[in-house]
Amino acid sequence: MAAIDPTTLKASELAAAVNRGELRAGSVADHYLNRVETLHPLFNCHIHWDKAEVRNELEKQIDAIEVARYAKKYLPLAGVPISIKDNIMVEGQIAACASRLLAPHRAAYDATVIQKLKAAGALLIGRTNMDEFAMGSSNENSAFGPVHNPWNRRHVAGGSSGGSAAAVAGSLVPLALGSDTGGSIRQPASFCGVYGLKPTYGRVSRYGLVAFGSSLDQIGPLARNVEDLALLYDVLAGPDGRDSTASQRVPLPTQLALPSGNLKGLRVATIREFMGEGLDSEVRKSLESALETMRQLGAETVEVSLPHLAASIPVYYILATAEASSNLARFDGVRYGARSQKPGLNLKEMYLQTRSEGFGREVKQRIMLGTYVLSAGYYDAYYNRAARMREVIKREMEGVFEKEGVHVLVSPTAPTTAFELGQKTQDSLSMYLSDVYTLAANLAGIPAMSQPMGKDSKGLPIGLQLMGPSFAEERLLQVAYQFERHQPPMGVPDLIPSQL
Amino acid sequence: MSDHENQEQFEGLLSRYEPVIGLEVHCQLKTESKLFCSCKTQFGALANQNTCPVCLGLPGVLPFLNHQVVDYAIRMAIAIGATVREKSVFARKQYFYPDLPKGYQITQYDLPYCENGHLALNSGRVIPIERIHMEEDAGKSIHGDNASYVDLNRAGIPLLEIVSAPALRSPLEAHEYLRKLRAIVRYLDISDGNMEEGSIRCDANVSIRRRGVKELGVRTEIKNLNSFKNVERAITYEIIRQADLLDSGTAVKQVTLLFDAASGRTQVMRSKEDSPDYRYFPDPDLGLVQIDQARLEAVRATLTELPVQKAKRFHEVFGLTDADALQLTDEKELALFFEDVLSRVSPIVPAKIVANWILTEYLREHNNRQWTWPATIVTPESFAQLLRALCEGTLSGKMAKMVFDEMASTGANASEIIKLRGLLQINDADEIRAVVAQVVREHADQVALYLTGKQKVFGFLVGQVLRLSQGRFNPGMVNDCLKEAIHESSAKN
Ligand SMILES: [Zn+2]
Repeated sequence: MAAIDPTTLKASELAAAVNRGELRAGSVADHYLNRVETLHPLFNCHIHWDKAEVRNELEKQIDAIEVARYAKKYLPLAGVPISIKDNIMVEGQIAACASRLLAPHRAAYDATVIQKLKAAGALLIGRTNMDEFAMGSSNENSAFGPVHNPWNRRHVAGGSSGGSAAAVAGSLVPLALGSDTGGSIRQPASFCGVYGLKPTYGRVSRYGLVAFGSSLDQIGPLARNVEDLALLYDVLAGPDGRDSTASQRVPLPTQLALPSGNLKGLRVATIREFMGEGLDSEVRKSLESALETMRQLGAETVEVSLPHLAASIPVYYILATAEASSNLARFDGVRYGARSQKPGLNLKEMYLQTRSEGFGREVKQRIMLGTYVLSAGYYDAYYNRAARMREVIKREMEGVFEKEGVHVLVSPTAPTTAFELGQKTQDSLSMYLSDVYTLAANLAGIPAMSQPMGKDSKGLPIGLQLMGPSFAEERLLQVAYQFERHQPPMGVPDLIPSQL
Repeated sequence: MSDHENQEQFEGLLSRYEPVIGLEVHCQLKTESKLFCSCKTQFGALANQNTCPVCLGLPGVLPFLNHQVVDYAIRMAIAIGATVREKSVFARKQYFYPDLPKGYQITQYDLPYCENGHLALNSGRVIPIERIHMEEDAGKSIHGDNASYVDLNRAGIPLLEIVSAPALRSPLEAHEYLRKLRAIVRYLDISDGNMEEGSIRCDANVSIRRRGVKELGVRTEIKNLNSFKNVERAITYEIIRQADLLDSGTAVKQVTLLFDAASGRTQVMRSKEDSPDYRYFPDPDLGLVQIDQARLEAVRATLTELPVQKAKRFHEVFGLTDADALQLTDEKELALFFEDVLSRVSPIVPAKIVANWILTEYLREHNNRQWTWPATIVTPESFAQLLRALCEGTLSGKMAKMVFDEMASTGANASEIIKLRGLLQINDADEIRAVVAQVVREHADQVALYLTGKQKVFGFLVGQVLRLSQGRFNPGMVNDCLKEAIHESSAKN
């Protein structure tokens, strides 16, 4: 048998080959580590990366995979490399949230999703770059430098899970974990031409994810195809006794193939409020042709109006920053992280100095905003009003599914394709607007995913967002699977020559 | 100035001003594990031994509610006849301090689980309890050798904060209220209730107003009251301080004070303007705390008798006076001691005698010798032996007291001491008669005096007989024998 190049395989194929013994986990690891070593400096998608250290840490897992194979125990992710966003705890590894403040911090425990990945036989091969504390939409707010888009190095990868999306797009890994508070999985997936899913709030345990907006955060998978996305999602989903916001429902394995092989009977709705100002014309055209494909597959397409979504940006930035200002209070230099080394500081000065030195500009801006909206005298006007408005948005979205018989809401994932590095860093509002279509799913707690639906004239990927009612991940994945099969393949970015 | 003069002056002050006092009591619950993680709660562990990623506030951790805490909290709500909210909310109280690992304390704010309870004082006055909420304790900062250290063993230990209405009217009432609260948590077995070890901590709100005036005065808050005595001292000091201010025409400022037990004074910690903005908001990591009727009933079914109910039963069933019944039930262990002894001696020894002996002899030694519960020096069985011997007539009252003194100082059993010392009361009439005859012979003058009508002399003669018997003769029999002997001797003459 000819040697298989594992980097050309889907995660599902890779796992099958390793389970059958056709591929050794150790050689898969080496293949991928070599690839990461060559390519990641181009995109800056991995941080704190040390090949020898990673290889060394993988020994135990590689042995465990071998043992499972002898015991004929099927591991769903046997020998499948995966990169982990830098805000998810892996015991013994640096977990810095791409922040200077946490740069020296090594995790003392495994996040629940990491325990699941290890048990499923996955190979953790690196930690991915991100916007500091997941705050950003371009991955330019990282203390470790921006991530470059594999389709064009002068463009951003999106954020905040930019490193994860870029690593998957560049085939540095078949799978990656991201986290999504307002679009942080879907928007970079869209910019990098990969698949990303934000599960229903509570579907995946948040234990071990550094909290940004606790009521909005979800960990989710990124992959290069729907099958792999579902494979990883199935491993991640499920109840967790350590997260009281995790749902107790036990999920069933996702069935991707629909018996009909088409989308007959499916009611797909676009959102009028998302089709107006700010939407790039090429992106709009791409969406229209995606809708046409869906109609050809038998789906009915309609347009709905969700007038309160107009409020989602202010509501989101009030609630997310309020929670963030509280969640980030623990980064005070007392117990872990980089305490200011300035001599002669009293306690209060140490707090101020450590946080001033350690946090980046965007993080400070959001902490201040969040502190303000929770302050005495402003709480009712801001936090409380936003919390009530969130309920309105949530009910409005639920109503579309429950009363109007819509199965899936679709929209572009982002109003534009990946913009150029540096283009929006001086303008917070225009940066915030790149999340305008993704925030609603976090506010409503519903599942949403992004999948590629084409490229613009510059050759940059365009993402299609699918949203469904709570716990309808399987439905989204089924629709995405049908759509994927009737789309021209995205191809792979031409990584080396022209870009160097 | 003497204590007495101080007291008089204070009472004079109280005739002009009425104190208005409210207490906020923090009570540590003795659950197996902490409020939001599975770390142990026991005292005396090495620094930071009872910690885990959750209570250390490491990045990425989440709280998970310990339902035993909720059950304990419900017990307290039921005990004070309060309303339990079906859905209550945990909130974050935010401030920076090294012993607060997350930068916020998880507590309950505008939607506490419990409201509108009450507690009756011995005077019959009912003190409303506005609310109780659950919250987590902070860690402990230890300062020394040019550095500060943080011990987070206490971080995350569950607390109940019990907030009274400003309905207490004197330092004594505050003291009594606090003692009663402590008794309740101990009866409920939800807290050690030990102020010295910090399992009960207390802040007091104090204001005064001229008698007859309706509006409340400006109040101050005193923090850090760590003993019953200090609660009373601090409040008394503060009332006098406020009265002095008002008498001299100065307004009382709304401040937070710290009580310094060494000097007996309060000192300003911060003014109202400096009071921090805690930026409370609902903790998004924890859902609603749901307590339905079924859960309430399930907890109610596990409750044992409370102090008030016990006192009522002692009064009605055993015929104790109200005062005795209240005093006996003041502390759970004392009441249990009483019931234990009584069950061992009933029906030989009447309940009233058991109560008397416990409230006088036993409690005196218990307090003087600073015994702790459960009783190990004088066990219920040993005390029962003593009271049985007394009521069966084998020990005189005086002998019983002697025996008890020895029990208290040596820890030996009553029956052992009685046997060892040969202290059994002598009821043998012949033996008594022989000694009586000797006394009558040796004190012929006194006998003659008695016969002339000097009744007092009789007591002297009894004393002589008892002295010779080393107190072991049955005094009643000595009386009878002596009278008999004197009459015989007068008849002879
Ligand atoms: Zn703990």
